[in-house]
Amino acid sequence: MDRIPILKLGGALIVTIQVDMHDRLALALEEDLTAMIARTGARGVLIEISALEIVDSFIGRMLVSIAAVSRVLDAETVVAGMRPAVAITLVELGLELTGIKTALNVERGMALIQARLSKDEEDGYGGDRDRHEG
Amino acid sequence: MTVTVTKAETLPIRSGDDVVRVRQRVRALAIEIGLGLVDQTKIVTAASELARNTLDYGGGGDMRAEIVLAGMRKGLRLTFEDQGPGIADIEQALTDHYTSGGGLGLGLGGAKRLSNEFHIESTPGAGTRVTIARWK
Repeated sequence: MDRIPILKLGGALIVTIQVDMHDRLALALEEDLTAMIARTGARGVLIEISALEIVDSFIGRMLVSIAAVSRVLDAETVVAGMRPAVAITLVELGLELTGIKTALNVERGMALIQARLSKDEEDGYGGDRDRHEG
Repeated sequence: MTVTVTKAETLPIRSGDDVVRVRQRVRALAIEIGLGLVDQTKIVTAASELARNTLDYGGGGDMRAEIVLAGMRKGLRLTFEDQGPGIADIEQALTDHYTSGGGLGLGLGGAKRLSNEFHIESTPGAGTRVTIARWK
């Protein structure tokens, strides 16, 4: 089965969704991301969706669920790059992306996550997050 | 005004992959009748919701897609039909956040808001038919 690759960059995990998501792929991504957060101690998850032509309630629910699980594991989720037509449709559909931060593009999304990572360092618990790496 | 069907095709909805195919086909037909990007996105999203309902709640079925003409106006009309358990209380099923399964309960109400026309018929024990249309 296909899987969506997850990249680790410092304390952040990055996923870019480039394919039309079918249900099994969405569920696999949720599982993989959760496992990866637990393994790496990542503090931020960036999901880039500029290639997604639609976000229906199924995909919306997946994003909300990823964000909720990530939060329990002390990581913050940012969804970046939503197409304007998708955003308009989501609002009319009535879907609220509860608990998800959104950013216009990857650059701004990374800035949000970076801000959290810097704050962690100031608070003095940034350094040993990679403890279970490998 | 009389509505003429200028093109019609039927797609099965039996698996998650079929839902993806429905989305792709609806997108192609929406482009064919010249819908703008936002309208394309709306009808494809509505189709995705309804196809998933057909699969998850209706136990599978099919979608009939028609390009229709009313005078000079072109439209895309989609009919989702299943022979599943049907819906006893349609008003309730159209209410946001009402769900009989594990979903968010936005499918029917959301699809209605995303369409110019929406029609639902359901007979408990016999099945459900939902028709939506988007006009250029």
